[in-house]
Amino acid sequence: MFSGFMVNTWIAATMVAVIAGVVGFFVVLRGSAFAAHAIPHGAFGGAAGAVLIGVNPIAGLGVFAVGGALGIGWLGRRGRHDVATALSLVLMLGLGALFLSFSVEYAAAIYSLLFGEVLGVPADELLPIAGLGVACIAAIAVLYRPLMLTAITPEVAEARGVRAHRVETGFLLVVALAATMTVPVVGVLLMFSLMIGPAATAGTLTHSPRGAIAVSVVLALATVWLAVAVSYLTNFPIGFFVGTVGAITYGSARIWTGWRRNRTVPA
Amino acid sequence: MNQVLRTLFAPGFFASGPVHAALVVGAVVALVTGAVGVFTVIRGQSFAGHALGEVGSAGGSAAFLGGANPLWGFMGIAVVAAGLIELLGLHRARARDVATGLVLGAGLGMAALFLYLDTTSSSTTGVTVTILFGSLFAVSQSMLPSIVALSAVALVVIAACYRMLLLSSLSADLAAARGVPVRAVAIAYLVIMAVAVSLAAETIGAILATALLIGPPATALRLTKRPGGAMVVAGLVGVAAAWLGIVLAYDSYYWPPAGHGWPVSFFVVALVLVFYLLGGALAGLARARRDRRGGAMPRVAAGGCANEHGAAA
Amino acid sequence: MNGPHPIPSAGDAILDVDGVSVWLSGREVLHDVRFRVMPGEFTGLIGSNGAGKTTLFRVILGLQTTSAGSVLVGGRPLARRNPIIGYVPQKVFLDPDMPLRARDVVALGLDGDRLGIPLDWRRRRQAVDEMLDAVDARHFADARVGNLSGGEQQRVLIAHALISRPRLLLLDEPLANLDIRAEGEVVALLARIAREQQIAVLISAHDVNPLLPVMDRLVYVAAGRTASGTTDEVIRAEVLSALYGQHVDVLRVHGRILVVAGAAGPSGVTVEERDAAADEPGIVALR
Repeated sequence: MFSGFMVNTWIAATMVAVIAGVVGFFVVLRGSAFAAHAIPHGAFGGAAGAVLIGVNPIAGLGVFAVGGALGIGWLGRRGRHDVATALSLVLMLGLGALFLSFSVEYAAAIYSLLFGEVLGVPADELLPIAGLGVACIAAIAVLYRPLMLTAITPEVAEARGVRAHRVETGFLLVVALAATMTVPVVGVLLMFSLMIGPAATAGTLTHSPRGAIAVSVVLALATVWLAVAVSYLTNFPIGFFVGTVGAITYGSARIWTGWRRNRTVPA
Repeated sequence: MNQVLRTLFAPGFFASGPVHAALVVGAVVALVTGAVGVFTVIRGQSFAGHALGEVGSAGGSAAFLGGANPLWGFMGIAVVAAGLIELLGLHRARARDVATGLVLGAGLGMAALFLYLDTTSSSTTGVTVTILFGSLFAVSQSMLPSIVALSAVALVVIAACYRMLLLSSLSADLAAARGVPVRAVAIAYLVIMAVAVSLAAETIGAILATALLIGPPATALRLTKRPGGAMVVAGLVGVAAAWLGIVLAYDSYYWPPAGHGWPVSFFVVALVLVFYLLGGALAGLARARRDRRGGAMPRVAAGGCANEHGAAA
Repeated sequence: MNGPHPIPSAGDAILDVDGVSVWLSGREVLHDVRFRVMPGEFTGLIGSNGAGKTTLFRVILGLQTTSAGSVLVGGRPLARRNPIIGYVPQKVFLDPDMPLRARDVVALGLDGDRLGIPLDWRRRRQAVDEMLDAVDARHFADARVGNLSGGEQQRVLIAHALISRPRLLLLDEPLANLDIRAEGEVVALLARIAREQQIAVLISAHDVNPLLPVMDRLVYVAAGRTASGTTDEVIRAEVLSALYGQHVDVLRVHGRILVVAGAAGPSGVTVEERDAAADEPGIVALR
């Protein structure tokens, strides 16, 4: 399990988990779960388009992910944010349907793009993944405080001159970068599970932002490592484990904290 | 006149059986999702609507692969998902979206597993694509009665709970004070949405289900503030998008690449978006005219609402 | 009931609102609003929902254009950012599932608008601790902010606004969702801060009574129009009737004030208890 091409998978999986854990903290804090789902999901249409014109599908993925982030940001200024996300998503998927209808061969590539493929990480992709990861972390570090201020007291942020829509668009672009980098291992559809589950669980277990980010990363690592290992052994898709483990972990954490709270309340 | 008709509608349009079915199903689904979707947008539950459509699709494909009637597979899974979302999520929008995301992730993960396990079927990729994209032209006539019946049921329930739904959507506290069982209404609404969305997703695909659930209602709400009127407008806009999309898709057989045709999902989605932008432009014009008549200076665009608590625009 | 206050002179005002009118969606939401707030003064902005209080705040914060009039903050015209104003908004998102402590919220008040990771964490922590002490919130500084009571959350938000050392503190309906006890605590806290640190406080509310003990002046908003002055000057039947454009009565019972839509009759009637020292709520007489 730990030799040859699998080493690449482990390295990539680790990087993916760290990014998902950090970005995911803000996704959950800001209530951007829908966008975190829509951007990778819609980006899939870009991969289809790239294949159509003979370009690396990851490039197409990236273009659509960024386009989706900008689209949500632009539409979100003019109307409800969740409507903007839904419309951007269906537009990208509609275009994806169009591209798919033109191309004839696209069999297994779709499946692995969607749900993840253990064996899908060539060595020469590790560096771009690392690069994108570093860019994500750097952007988060720069936007750290406005991201929190706009999430808690948006009116105060406004009064202090923070342009909320710029912060939001910047954050969505980070999500787009994170989405692009996770495709090889976890698959587009389940990346968002990794961004939501560990961070949401961490939020119920710790009180402070730094603690929550740390726990989120730890949980994401545990989830992905488990998923890679079991997927290797059983051949089941990685996405299945990430999705189900995320939901179960959060559910358990909620039950546990609820039970603990009921116990400490004096009768 | 004949010349115009022949340009707009490619030959054989009006005679084609699949087109008839598509027009009818498209209209029925558009009307139902338009009506249900108005509350989805008001309540800020677009993510749940989309998620239920996708989870329903996964359930439907699983049922199909297992030999059961896909419609009930769709609906069963969607309703279960709705229950889970309500169970996991708190009343606050953020926690609800997190719960929606997790249920969706788990659902899609299981879909991945089903698809993988069904290695005997040679059309695995086809099923994957159908999950996401669906095809309006592939609807069989035999499904029509059950589709119409279920749509009617959904509309009747909405009509029956209309006032309670409206009150609890606008202000949960006020509704609770008036004796409305807010939690029960929320669950009932999620179930109705699950039914409507899985109906749509099975017939026209998950993408279109989301598009018609959110786009036309959002357009309607920009044009009118009254939910009842919005439901009618949303239905009309949805039907317009669906029918125009069908026409274009049929005509596109003659567009390059010839003989292939562009997918109807693409056209309908594009039209939904165009109508939404048009609606927004119209609303903006009306507001500008109203402000000018009142002698006001143009309003400051005080930083857009970047969170889900923003008011409907 | 009202403490002594300095006679306002134009040059010293921390906030000078002069003839401000605002149109929104074809409606005149504010008309010819005039008042001044002096440093260290506690001013109430009283009016029911929809009267225009939040719009007025947005004007003062530089977020809403006016169609007439001017606003001077600290003697200077409005800018997009006014560092001398601290703002406690009405809408905040402090969900119980957010992993944020009270001290994190307060720290964001210090520099939440800056980019990058803060490096001088020692100084920040000290400033946050000081502010938490000032609002008596030190004992729940590390608790999850979403689990705090309404009054405790309000104190955290006040610290969040105060930590940047403003000279004018704006609070939008801070008492709205508090019980009587928490209300009293927050009002007492604000009065103490205003007095000790010479910070002007402008607090909006729909009920004047919790503020009666500490207010220096008030601005009453009704249907977009305002009247400003001391409580006795403003809360009178004639003044409020003119503002509302209809008959309004003012009842004073045991030192509490009630403003009610009046019955038809001479333009507004001031009703007072005949014997304020009596125990029963009592006989009410016309004057």
